[in-house]
Amino acid sequence: MAKFTTLTSHAVPLPEENVDTDQIIPARFLKVTDKHGLGDSLFCDWRYLKDGSDNPNFVLNEPASQGAQILLAGNNFGSGSSREHAPWALVGWGFRAMISTGFADIFKSNSLKNGLLPVEVSEPVYKALMEAVQGDRSTKITIDLPTQSVTALGSLETTFPIDSFSKHCLLEGIDQLGYLLSFDDQIARYEQQRP
Amino acid sequence: MQPRTLFQKVWDEHVVVEEPDSPAVLYIDLHLIHEVTSPQAFTGLRERGIEVRRPDKTIATMDHSTPTLPKALWVIDDQAKAQLGQLERNCKDFGIELYALGDSRNGIVHVIGPERGFTQPGKTIVCGDSHTSTHGAFGALAFGIGTSEVEHVLATQCLLQRKAKTLEVRVEGQLMPGVTAKDIILALCAEIGTGGGTGHVIEFTGSAIRSLDMEGRMTVCNMSIEAGARAGMIGPDETTFEYLEGRDHVPRGADWDAAVERWRQLRTDEGATFDKTVVIDANKLEPMITYGTNPGMGMQISEPVPTRERFEDASQQAAFEKAMGYMNLQPGQPLLGKRIDVVFIGSCTNSRISDLRMAAGVFSGRKVADGVRTLVVPGSHDIKKQAEAEGLDQIFKDAGAEWREPGCSMCIAMNGDNLEPGQYAVSTSNRNFEGRQGKGGRTFLASPLTAAASAVKGEVTDPRSLLLS
Repeated sequence: MAKFTTLTSHAVPLPEENVDTDQIIPARFLKVTDKHGLGDSLFCDWRYLKDGSDNPNFVLNEPASQGAQILLAGNNFGSGSSREHAPWALVGWGFRAMISTGFADIFKSNSLKNGLLPVEVSEPVYKALMEAVQGDRSTKITIDLPTQSVTALGSLETTFPIDSFSKHCLLEGIDQLGYLLSFDDQIARYEQQRP
Repeated sequence: MQPRTLFQKVWDEHVVVEEPDSPAVLYIDLHLIHEVTSPQAFTGLRERGIEVRRPDKTIATMDHSTPTLPKALWVIDDQAKAQLGQLERNCKDFGIELYALGDSRNGIVHVIGPERGFTQPGKTIVCGDSHTSTHGAFGALAFGIGTSEVEHVLATQCLLQRKAKTLEVRVEGQLMPGVTAKDIILALCAEIGTGGGTGHVIEFTGSAIRSLDMEGRMTVCNMSIEAGARAGMIGPDETTFEYLEGRDHVPRGADWDAAVERWRQLRTDEGATFDKTVVIDANKLEPMITYGTNPGMGMQISEPVPTRERFEDASQQAAFEKAMGYMNLQPGQPLLGKRIDVVFIGSCTNSRISDLRMAAGVFSGRKVADGVRTLVVPGSHDIKKQAEAEGLDQIFKDAGAEWREPGCSMCIAMNGDNLEPGQYAVSTSNRNFEGRQGKGGRTFLASPLTAAASAVKGEVTDPRSLLLS
C-alpha cells in the first residue's frame, strides 16, 4: 500500500447524498479477477453517454476535474454493496482522499486498506468546502494526516478523526495482513481452547 | 458481571487479542466465499506464498453470475466463465469445499449457509458480500467484508475489527394479513434512511420479530445493511432450534442438547443497554414499496409518492428530485395502478420456500397480466426441489411465470437476467439503486405478496386487494 502523509490538490465536487457502490462501479464490471484497470469504469453510468462518449454534464469529465486527487462527496458516500472494486476504481482514476460528512462502514474499511483516505468533516465545514470548490474549481485543499487536519482558503482549518491503527498503517504504508499474521501464536492458542 | 447485549456476548467470545489503540483481533467461525469477491484475495495468498489457515471453516458457492435458464450450460460471457473457473481452481488448490454450478447443494450463499446448518447461533460469520447480515437471524454476528478482508480471513481466520455501537430495533404488535417481514425492514429503511444504522449492529427485538419464522427473520436481517448497519441480529429461541435440528452440519445427539443449552444463553441480559433504540408498531404497518433509487426511499403502498417539501434540507431535496427523474415519476403521484414490465421474485432477501409459497398463494388460479415478464428464481436447489414437490412450480408456470434455476439472477443482473432501459419492475430483492437490475432499469422493492399481486394485475397492486377479495 502506498504511504499517505500530506496531500494538496484541487477537488471534484459530487454533492449527491447516499451515493452507492453500484454507482461508483456497476456490477457488470465485477467479473474481473484482478484489481487493475477499473478507473476507466468509475461512475460509468453517469460518466458516459449511450454511445460510449463522455457525458459533458458529469463533473468527472469537466476539464477542471482532471488531475484532482480529492473527491468532495455528499453524506453516506459508498453505501450498499461491499465490493472493494469501488475503492479500486476510485484509486484507479487518481483519487487519494475523499471528504464527506459520512461514509458507509464497509466502504470506509475497504478504502483504508487501499491507501484511499476517508476524511469525515462536520456539516458546516463540508458546506464551506463545497461552496468554495464549486465557486472556484481550482481551490486547493490540503489534507495532513500526521496532524489529522484539513486546510483550505487560507482561513479554513479543521481536524478529522481516524483511528490510530489505520493512521499508522497509512503513514507507514503498512498492509494490515502483515500485522494480523504476527498474531499467529495467539490465534493458535485461541483455536486450541475452542471445540 | 455487567449485563450484556447479544452482540457483546458474541463479540467477547471471539476476541483473540484486544489491545488499547488497536483494533481487536476477532476470530471468524465461518467464512463463505463466492466467485465475484474472492479472486484477488487468492492471488494475494499466492503472492505471499501462504495457505488458507482453515479450509474446514470455509465454504464456497457460485451464485452471482450463474445462469438461471433451465439446464443451461452456458455462462453469460467469457469473463464470467473465467471467474467461475478461477473459483474452482482456487478451491481445489487450497482444499476448500465448493458447491459448484450443477452441485445439488448449490445456491445463493446466504440461502445455503442456513439451509445446510453451517449458520448457527453465536458464530462469527463473514463473506465478501454485504448481505451476510442475513445470518444474524440465528443470533450469529455476521457481516459483509471487502476482498482485502477476505484475504485476511483466508490467511489467519481472523479480522481486525473495532467494536460497533448497538441499535435496538423493537417491533411490537402483530402484522396484519398481507403484511410481511419484508414490509418490516422496508419500513425501518424508510424510517432511518440508508445511513441511519451506520456504525451500529442492529438487534431486532419485540413480539412481532418473535412471531416471525426463520425465513422471515432472515429477510429482516438481510436488509440491515440497507439501513446502513453492517449486521442485524435476533436472539435465538425455540423457532431457531426447531429450524436447525437435523440439518447437515449441526451437532447431533448429546452434542445437540449441549449446543442448545449454550445457545439459550445468547440473549440480551435484563438491564443491558443499547446505544440507540428505534420502535416500530407492527399493528400499524402496511405493505411497503419503494419509489426512489435507494431502499430508504420507501412508503406505504397506498400512499402517494412524497413531494419535495417532505424533505428538510437542500441536498435531500436534490437527491429526491434526481430519483424522480431517474424513475420518471411525478412527486405526489400514487404508485398503485402504475403499469409495470417485469416482476422478479427471488434474491437472498426473498427466495426461500415460504416466500415462494406466499407468491404461489397469489398466483394460484390466476394469470400473469399480458405484457408482464415474471421471473421466479428459487434461492437454492433444495428450495427448488421442495417447491416442485409441493407443486408450486406448476402454479407459477400455469400462471405464465418463468420458473428458473437458483442464483442471484436479476437482483444484481450479472448473469444475463436484467431489466431493459426504462423498464419498471416490482422486485422482491434488496436494492433499487440506479441500474442495479440492469442499466436504465427502474425498481420498486416490495414483498413477494406485493410482487405477485402486481404481476397478476400488470400494475403496482396492494396484495390485500387480491387476498381479501
